[in-house]
Amino acid sequence: MGGLLNGPWARELALLPWWIIAVVAGLAGFGAVVLYSAAGGALNPWALKHGIRFLVCLGLALALAMVRPLVWQQYAWTIYGVILAGLIGVELLGRVRGGSQRWLDLGLLQLQPSEFMKLAIVLVLARYYQFLPRGYETRPQGLLPALALIALPAALVMLQPDLGTAMSIVFGGVAVMFLAGVRLWLFGAAAAVAAAAAPIAWGLLHDYQRNRVLIFLDPASDPRGAGYHITQSKIAIGSGGLAGKGYLAGTQSHLDYLPELHTDFVFATMAEEWGLFGGLAILLGFGLILGWGVAVAIGARGIFQRLLALGLTATLFFYMAINMMMVMGLAPVVGIPLPLISWGGSAMLTTMTLFGLVLGVARENKRP
Amino acid sequence: MTVKPPRDPAFSRRALVLGGGMAAVGATLAARLTYLSVFEGEQYRLASEENRIQLRLIPPRRGWIVDRSGKPLALNRPDYRLELIPEQVVDLDALLARARAVLGLSPEEELRIRADIAIQPKYVPVEVARDMDWPKFAAANVQLADIPGLTPVRAFARVYPDADHFAHLLGYVGTPTPAQYKAEKDPLLVFPGFKLGKDGIERHEDQRLRGRAGAQRVEVTARGKVVRELDSRGDVPGAIVKLTIDRDLQNYAARRLADNSGSVIVIDSWTGDILTMVSMPAYDPNVFSKRVPAALWRDLQTSDHTPLLNKSAMGGYPPGSTFKLATALAILEAGIDANAGCGCNGSYRLGNNTWHCHARRGHGRVNLHGAIPKSCDVYFYTFGRQVGIEAIAAMARRLGLGEKFDLPLAGQASGLVPDNAWKQRRFSKAWNVGETLNTAIGQGYLVTNPLQLAVMTARVASGRIVMPRLLADGPAPQFASLGIPEEHLAIVRQGMFDVVNAGSGTAHRARVPVAGVHVAGKTGTAQVRRITAGERRRGVIRNEALPWKQRDHALFVAFAPTEEPRYAVSVILEHGIAGGRYAAPVARDVLTYLYNPDRAMAALAPVEAEARERAAKARSADAVAAAAAAAAAGPLMPPWLHWDPPQPPEFEIADAEAPPTLEQEQ
Repeated sequence: MGGLLNGPWARELALLPWWIIAVVAGLAGFGAVVLYSAAGGALNPWALKHGIRFLVCLGLALALAMVRPLVWQQYAWTIYGVILAGLIGVELLGRVRGGSQRWLDLGLLQLQPSEFMKLAIVLVLARYYQFLPRGYETRPQGLLPALALIALPAALVMLQPDLGTAMSIVFGGVAVMFLAGVRLWLFGAAAAVAAAAAPIAWGLLHDYQRNRVLIFLDPASDPRGAGYHITQSKIAIGSGGLAGKGYLAGTQSHLDYLPELHTDFVFATMAEEWGLFGGLAILLGFGLILGWGVAVAIGARGIFQRLLALGLTATLFFYMAINMMMVMGLAPVVGIPLPLISWGGSAMLTTMTLFGLVLGVARENKRP
Repeated sequence: MTVKPPRDPAFSRRALVLGGGMAAVGATLAARLTYLSVFEGEQYRLASEENRIQLRLIPPRRGWIVDRSGKPLALNRPDYRLELIPEQVVDLDALLARARAVLGLSPEEELRIRADIAIQPKYVPVEVARDMDWPKFAAANVQLADIPGLTPVRAFARVYPDADHFAHLLGYVGTPTPAQYKAEKDPLLVFPGFKLGKDGIERHEDQRLRGRAGAQRVEVTARGKVVRELDSRGDVPGAIVKLTIDRDLQNYAARRLADNSGSVIVIDSWTGDILTMVSMPAYDPNVFSKRVPAALWRDLQTSDHTPLLNKSAMGGYPPGSTFKLATALAILEAGIDANAGCGCNGSYRLGNNTWHCHARRGHGRVNLHGAIPKSCDVYFYTFGRQVGIEAIAAMARRLGLGEKFDLPLAGQASGLVPDNAWKQRRFSKAWNVGETLNTAIGQGYLVTNPLQLAVMTARVASGRIVMPRLLADGPAPQFASLGIPEEHLAIVRQGMFDVVNAGSGTAHRARVPVAGVHVAGKTGTAQVRRITAGERRRGVIRNEALPWKQRDHALFVAFAPTEEPRYAVSVILEHGIAGGRYAAPVARDVLTYLYNPDRAMAALAPVEAEARERAAKARSADAVAAAAAAAAAGPLMPPWLHWDPPQPPEFEIADAEAPPTLEQEQ
């Protein structure tokens, strides 16, 4: 017994940065507290399950942290290939649900390959740049495969159609390319091309997606329809004031004015009851996690680990930033939940997997 | 010992750029959050309160209308309704499907609801169901309350127990028109089930009857479910409006008119109280207060008995011989002795024209004492011409003709008392003497309504400036004297007494079968067509042989008891042929009812039997169609159905130069 406690396990666990695990647990715990209120002051249906999911996923993250990043480097192509096949499978066999095909029904559980692709794209690009000779990043023979690696899954996800996840994949991939040293003028050029291509992209969007953008630009244009979401969310956040209306006393959330109060708009639910202080606390929590991620990446050994750690951190940032911008009326409504706080199994699984991978890099950094 | 891993400066630079970008976005989010919650916080707090707290109206109960002894003429009964407000509806098809499942809406009703939604402004509530029984209403409350736009309402429906007998007097209630809502901006006006007065007393006294809405502040969910009540202010029910009307007398008068198109007015000349003011035929205000089927509406509008017109106050009729009371007083006022007479040989010549008396062979020597009971036209031609139109018109106005009274009725007709100035204004021509002759016997340009005739009678009976009143809202007023010498009035009253009671009188049928009560009156038969010289030579066609529309109007004014004049009556039967024969008995029975209701009721039976017989005879296809229209569920008029008070009909003014009229008197 004592041997086990003092054995290699204990040593390995002691190497982990526990303070950041505490921050993550704090955010998830706060999420459970908010979900308790969102359910009208009840553990069910959300708060309790949210906590249990977090604990299970934390266990998974700690387990993943035990895996050396070299292993991921070794299997990066395989993982990417399997998930890409899954995406194609969804496209071929996927079932229509909620207006879009996203799930792969494996009988016991439904898998959403696009969720894992957010992580796999970072993994495979990090692997790609690990072995790309220096100086080839901006040359066509080095650039085009990287772009293809991003474009293929992004296009498949767009077909589903899931704009939020596709954007997340592109963002993760582009962030890794940026970190790998692709010349800056190329990003400038890409931005210019994107701006020029915007009208074409507009034509490719679904009607409901176009509506979301239009309503974002002018929520008052449809106060009872989709603009309702943004308007009510801003009312919830604004009416919270400095210190909020008090726990369990939110009216926007409890009287059903706020839509999706436990998923995409959980931040508004929180801000109504906890006010500016609650919002800043969540921002601070994410700031600590992201800062830690950047620090881990800078201190990591080898290109693969650096790119993996910071690419994943950027992906987490993307989640958080888009969700918060959306609920505060700074971005159109895109179905992206707030990591760790929002209710949702696959989001929690993805976030904690991501955390586990970065933890693994951090552990590797401390290795003698 | 841990070894610091080697760092890649290029990577670190870019990592820091990325980290800096994240920090910048984070700062932006924090700034935005601060802006929303601190700088715009007040505005959003208000928006959140506005979301959460709903002001709900408690509609006031409409005040009752009661008669002089407090018997209800208009009251309320609970009405459980289901209404929908189109602008709040999200999915009409789903809503109707649910409503169909719970209430069993018929396809016709659904069509009607859709049609209503299509034609009305979106904020005006549409009735889904009315008069639901309690179990259905409870079911609707439980199962349909969470559908946006659908509201179960506990409203009150207006009930008029005596239906059409009081239609013109009381009016009816209905949904406010969109224009009314725009003018008043009172949210009560678009409250589901709320109704306001559309005509008659209901319209005129609407503000008093309406009361004040109460308000309730409630916390509601986004779906409109009430979570709790925060505070409330009770409603103030509308005031009770008490009329001077005697319900039983009015009901009797309405029944006594039976199928006639006409009006009966009874005024208490001591107080000016209008005891009865009935105009028949009429519509059923109970139907009008719901929704009027379009077919019924069409029938009412096109009927030649004008059931939509309040003949009592809005009708316009030549007064005929009833006007001779005014002419007689003008003659006396001019200082002409009542015993001064003239010879009547049946006609009166002026220039090239001949004015006829109703008695073809004439009345012989006639003075004023005889001229009133015999209704001798030649006497009034002779002396009317002598006193002149100005004196006659002045006396007519003193008696209340050409006057609009201060009554809570919309669209009172003022009638017309012509004189020289009026002729100048109207035709830019000077008055000519022929017109004086016509006016002296109540024909020509003269237009009066039954109310004015009743007031005239009341003034003659009392010698005072009687002002009629409908609202019993104060002590009985004291009226000043007319300023007509009592001897003059006594002569005219005696003449009226003889009309009824003397052997030669034109209205012996008006004698009241109550011991000790005598009636004095004056008949009138107003011609509505010209009698040409040719027809006169061939012999005037008997009224009974003419189409209804061309028959003469029958009028009768009376007061009783002659011993102590009090009740003044005016009766007009449109195209009723002859005042003495047909109008006088109606006045007699109505006066009888005041003294001996049982006796009067006995007289009702043969009248109603006769009316039924006529109805049976006339039960042609259109009568059946009219009944069917009333019952039909077909298309309905808009819920705010409203017609502006019909203007008094324009009178065709006969050519004054033409040969005069013939007065037929019995």
